[in-house]
Amino acid sequence: MSAAPQKAKPGAEQIPVTVSAVVPLNDLVTRFEFKRRDGKPFPTFSGGAHTVVTMNDDGRTRLNPYSLMSDPSDTSTYAISVRRDDNGRGGSLFMHTRVNVGDEMTITYPVNLFSLDLRARKHLFFAGGIGITPFLSMIAQLELMNGNWELHYSVRTEALGSYVDELRYKFPNKVHVYYDDKSEAIPLEDLLDGQPLGTNAYVCGPKGMIDWIHATAESAGWPDAQVHSEEFLAPAPGKPFEVRLCKSDLTIQVGENESLLEAIERSGVEAPFLCRGGACGQCETNVVSYDGEFVHRDHWLDDEQHADGSKIMPCVSRFVGKSLELDR
Amino acid sequence: MSKFQFPESIISRPVYGTLTSRPGKAHLMIADAEGAEAILDLAVQDAVLMAKSHIIYIPKGTGETYTTKLRALKPAQFYEGPSYEASVQRLRHVLANAHQGLQVYLAGTEGLMGQAQNEAMQAGIPHTSIQTEHRGSVARRMQCVHCKGITEDVMHDPFQCAHCGLHLFVRDHYSRRLAAYQGVRVDAEDHGNIPEPQELYS
Ligand code: FES
Repeated sequence: MSAAPQKAKPGAEQIPVTVSAVVPLNDLVTRFEFKRRDGKPFPTFSGGAHTVVTMNDDGRTRLNPYSLMSDPSDTSTYAISVRRDDNGRGGSLFMHTRVNVGDEMTITYPVNLFSLDLRARKHLFFAGGIGITPFLSMIAQLELMNGNWELHYSVRTEALGSYVDELRYKFPNKVHVYYDDKSEAIPLEDLLDGQPLGTNAYVCGPKGMIDWIHATAESAGWPDAQVHSEEFLAPAPGKPFEVRLCKSDLTIQVGENESLLEAIERSGVEAPFLCRGGACGQCETNVVSYDGEFVHRDHWLDDEQHADGSKIMPCVSRFVGKSLELDR
Repeated sequence: MSKFQFPESIISRPVYGTLTSRPGKAHLMIADAEGAEAILDLAVQDAVLMAKSHIIYIPKGTGETYTTKLRALKPAQFYEGPSYEASVQRLRHVLANAHQGLQVYLAGTEGLMGQAQNEAMQAGIPHTSIQTEHRGSVARRMQCVHCKGITEDVMHDPFQCAHCGLHLFVRDHYSRRLAAYQGVRVDAEDHGNIPEPQELYS
C-alpha cells in the first residue's frame, strides 16, 4: 500500500452534487449520474475507485459505497450503477425508488482500494454481474494509455447483462461474455494458462467467484501479489446488542438492521471509515473488554486478530453476548 | 559445509530462505557453484518437479562434480554456462518467452541470486515470489560508490576497487536494482590510513 498516512476521520471529504441523470439499464440495474453543485470540476480518479453516497431516508442516514464507473478523465460527471437488492438493507432500494433527476445528494471524494497495477504487462479482468462497474473505469483509463487488457464477464441472462452491448460494440476482441442461463462458464484454467509473465488478474463479483479465481490462480503458480479482488460486504443484520463507548462515555444499542458503525454514528460519535465494506481497515476499533462472541465478517483483520478479540471492524462485524466495551 | 548463517543486519541486506517446491506451470532454477546442492535438495522434495524444470547452472570452478549430479535429475532442460555474464542472454530469452505460473528458484552466491532476481523482476515477477537460498561462498558483489564500478567476488574488508583503485569498506547497504553492496572509501577522512584487510565473516 502506498497511500499517504491518513488521519482517522469519518469518511473522505464530501462533495455536494445534483443527480443529473437516472438511467435504468435493465430490471435490476440503474445508472445514476452526478454533477457538482458548485460547478467546479470533479477530481480525476484512478480506475477502480469508489465513492460513498449519503442517502437521507426519512431521517435515517444511509451511507453506501459504489464503484465509480465513469471515465476517470471526465471531470464533469461521476456515474455509479446500482443493482437493486430487494432483500437488502434498503440502500439500493432507496436509490431505485426515491432518487430522481434534480435531487441534491452528497458523495465522498473517490477512494481507491482496487487500483490497477500499472507495471503489469497485461490486465486480465473477471467480472460477475454488477461486479462489472470498477472495470468500466479501469478500461477507460487503460484505453487512454493504450494498455493491454481483456475482460471476461459472467452474467445471469442476456437481459440482465449490464453494459454488455456497449462493451462488445466498442471492444469486440477484448470482451468475452458468459451467460449462466446457457450454462456458460468462464474457462478459467485455460485463460490463466499461457498468459505473458507479469500479467495481473482482477476479480470483482460474488464471493464464490473471488475465492475460485484466487484458488485456481494459486494452484497454477500465479504470484499472490498479481491477483487482485474487491468485494464490498454489505453489513448483515443480526440480533440487537448493547455497546459501551468508553471515550465518549456512552452506552448505545445496535439495532437488528443497522451496523455497529451506523449505531455509533447515530449516537453522534464521529467514527472513521472509508469503504464501509470491511475492506479498507479505516474503521478498526480496539476492544476494551467483552463477554460474548464476535461475529467478524471483514477482510481486514487476520485470523489471529479475529480469534483474540482485541479488535473489531464496526462497518460489517457484530457481537453476540453479555457486554462489549470499545475504545471509541 | 555449503550453508552459512549470515548474522542479523540492517534492513537493506537481503535475507535468503530455503527452496521449496511450489505449484507452477514451469520451473526455472538458476544456480552457481554449491548452489547446486540446494537444487539437489529441492528435487528430493518433489519427484515430478524436474520434468517441468529448466536448470541454468554455472559451476564457477567446482568442476564436473555438480554438473553430473544435476544432469542426473533429468530436468526438462539443462544449460551449463561458463559464467553468469555468459548465461544472461539465455536467461533473458527464457524469461521473455515465459508465461504466468513460472516459478523461479535461485541458489548459490549472493551476486548470482541478486542479478538473476533483477532479471526476473524486470520480466514481471514480483520479488516476493522469487525464492532464494544462499549456498557456498560468502563473497560479495560490490559497487564502488565513487567510480560506480562493480567488483565481483569480494572476500576481504576493506578491498581495493577493481576500477578506480580506492580502498573500500564493505557494508551491508545493498541496492536491489544494481544487485550489489555499496562500498565506500575507507580512508576518506584520513587518506592513506587503510586498515589491514580481514576475510569476511572470519
Ligand atoms: S470502513 Fe473500511 S473496513 Fe470498515
